[in-house]
Amino acid sequence: MGLLSKKSKEAFITPIWGNNPVTMQILGICSSLAVTAKLEPALVMGISVTIIVALSNVVISLLRNTIPSRIRIIVQLVVVAALVTIVSQILKAFAYDVSVQLSVYVGLIITNCILMGRLEAFAMGNGPWDSLLDGLGNGFGYAIILVIVAFIRELLGSGALLGFQIIPQCVYDAGYLNCGLMLMPPMALIIIGCIIWFQRAKNPEL
Amino acid sequence: MATKEFKCKVCGYVHKGDKAPDNCPVCQAPASEFEEIKKKGLDTNSNVYTIIYASIVVVVVAFLLAFVSGALKAKQDENVILDKKKQILSSLNINIKECADPAAKYAECVKGEWILNSNGDVVDSIGGFDINVSEENTKPLEERKLPVYVCEIDGAKKYVFPMRGAGLWGPIWGYISLDADKSTVFGVYFSHESETPGLGAEITQPKFQNQFRDPENPKHISRDGKFTSIAVVKPGNTCEDADYVNGISGGTMTSTGVNIMLKEGLGQYEQFFNKED
Repeated sequence: MGLLSKKSKEAFITPIWGNNPVTMQILGICSSLAVTAKLEPALVMGISVTIIVALSNVVISLLRNTIPSRIRIIVQLVVVAALVTIVSQILKAFAYDVSVQLSVYVGLIITNCILMGRLEAFAMGNGPWDSLLDGLGNGFGYAIILVIVAFIRELLGSGALLGFQIIPQCVYDAGYLNCGLMLMPPMALIIIGCIIWFQRAKNPEL
Repeated sequence: MATKEFKCKVCGYVHKGDKAPDNCPVCQAPASEFEEIKKKGLDTNSNVYTIIYASIVVVVVAFLLAFVSGALKAKQDENVILDKKKQILSSLNINIKECADPAAKYAECVKGEWILNSNGDVVDSIGGFDINVSEENTKPLEERKLPVYVCEIDGAKKYVFPMRGAGLWGPIWGYISLDADKSTVFGVYFSHESETPGLGAEITQPKFQNQFRDPENPKHISRDGKFTSIAVVKPGNTCEDADYVNGISGGTMTSTGVNIMLKEGLGQYEQFFNKED
């Protein structure tokens, strides 16, 4: 099998749009609501989840033939929790500012449904290389949705992007107001709903 | 003759033979979708195997985490101390981002780390830095050790007081620096653990904190020698009894938390404020 056989490619590409974990499988919605009020935490969360889902996919894939099926979910959870803890410890030691900014989000990765979903659905039945690609693909798919939602929410909610003011003061002087509702979690749900609507309208097969 | 078993990954059909069939007879999937079922000597579903497996996983993970934690502990503690120093420097209006060596700057500015009691007496003139403020807050006022940092900025004496309180979702904390008269606010620093981004979390932003150090309208924590704290009011409201700043619109709970934190945190030092040097 070549490095990028058709199947490997599919494992990597489809989750990014066609079979996106957030909009198609409706996984990881909870964190999509929590971290998307600003673009920056959304970006960092997307990257962290990508790294952890890829690593845990590889670990579980290597162990898949030895894991007793009755406690497989627990073993998956232990692997994920251990990886998340290690990543957060490393951040605290070498990138303290980032870890302060992320605070609870890093811990939240453990409960991200995408991880469990991918481990159970893919890594338990496929080799480490395919699992790595699947993990990366799903991580990117998740990150893209997060960035889209955070972009809309921060722009309309705070008039800024990545903390820099985008909407000029003269617009505010003319009577424009930031939409405070955009910063509330329900708006993230509505935006994700709109993305799903758009995606399915574009592609009726879904 | 030992035959191999191949399982179709699409529909689960099991084929017996030397190699996988060209097409799955059930779902027509190609041979590449077949995976050989390896017969192992070990039954992975037995109770003993499950228990041993779980034990090994737990022990391995425990050692791994203990090792990582042990190896990185010193580095992390260093970061925590440095971060605390940076927070104190921020409350003294020192721009941390332009400061190449915050630890050296801290040593230069902070002249004393005192411990006070609730009567405003200096109990100890060293060791204030190591006091855990949130732990002290759980004790009765008389028993608390109250840290105060005595600093010197451009030859002028400043006092920095730590505060800790509760926001909407979790703890909030901050430092406030006062001029030598122990009343005029020189600078503030606020931070939080998990307030809502864009709402309560705005207490960390200059827009909120700059209200405390407006040179045209300096804020005082006391009036006529009586401690009043600084009120955080809803934008548009005013406060007659004390100097006030505007809270965050949409972050009412966090703003109230800051208000209470200022009142209670600084209130502990009331006797100290009344003392002449």
